[in-house]
Amino acid sequence: MNILTQPWPWYVSGPLIGLMVPVLLILGNKPFGISSSLKHICSACIPGKIEYFNYNWKAESWNLLFAFGIVLGGFVAGYCFSNPNPIQISENTIADLNAMGIKDHSGFVPSEIFNFQSLLSLKGFILMIIGGFFVGFGTRYADGCTSGHSIMGLSNLQWPSLVSTICFFIGGLIMTWFILPWIMRL
Amino acid sequence: MMSKLKYLFLGFIFGVILIKAEVVSWFRIQEMFRFQAFHMYGIIGSAIVVGAISILLIKKFKVKTIYGKEIIIAPKEFTKGNIIGGLIFGLGWAMTGACPGPLYALIGSGLLVVTVVLFFAVLGTWAYGRLKDKLPH
Repeated sequence: MNILTQPWPWYVSGPLIGLMVPVLLILGNKPFGISSSLKHICSACIPGKIEYFNYNWKAESWNLLFAFGIVLGGFVAGYCFSNPNPIQISENTIADLNAMGIKDHSGFVPSEIFNFQSLLSLKGFILMIIGGFFVGFGTRYADGCTSGHSIMGLSNLQWPSLVSTICFFIGGLIMTWFILPWIMRL
Repeated sequence: MMSKLKYLFLGFIFGVILIKAEVVSWFRIQEMFRFQAFHMYGIIGSAIVVGAISILLIKKFKVKTIYGKEIIIAPKEFTKGNIIGGLIFGLGWAMTGACPGPLYALIGSGLLVVTVVLFFAVLGTWAYGRLKDKLPH
């Protein structure tokens, strides 16, 4: 049971994530990438008259099945066999987050902010709703996310993916160090 | 349809890995952006190494798909979006603590409030499609 509920070290999970790249290529010449699924959802549900969404999304339905598979995997690993212990994050991170008022680090997300009630609070609205919007808008504008650019693109030595990955990090650093402390004071 | 079910299974495996790797944790992402642990760097770094060696081998030995077709990987074309979009996604990554893959995994793990985050990620994607021609590329 332990092996199912315990977290895996980076040197096990990292290479397994990397193996997604050749497995998808060999199974059907598919490029590893998740954020395209958001585009296919738009194309399937709300294409409007927007040229960008008017294509045969059914030809890309493998990507939607892959995304739905992630939900199922999340259910089995994160709900059925969830780790009963809090994630062992660095003491320094815990101290920094405590200083910002984020005290509960028992789950995958800070429960004080990521709940339905706080969607109506300024903090929750900014982090969940504007944050979610940025994830969708930014990945499409950059034409890829952490999987499509940082893993698939860099594995294939694509320099635009390196530019994107560096920018992902710069954006994350700006948010973490300069904007998040300010949001948490709202 | 049956031949596509393998992608559902593969997604399932990927979802399990994302949870077990703790990549889905908002706290792990904070730890990464604060340079306070090696965990996330180890995961992303080793994933790239394994991915790069795999692609090198596929190209060197001209490995074909299981259907005997040639494997062709489309190159990534550079636009200003790689920079501007990249920065915007980076902000969102540190806010939500999740990139698109983890959003799906978190919903599966029972954090239903993340469906709201995903909904707005879809809306963000739609807004990009709507505004695409007006944005610098």
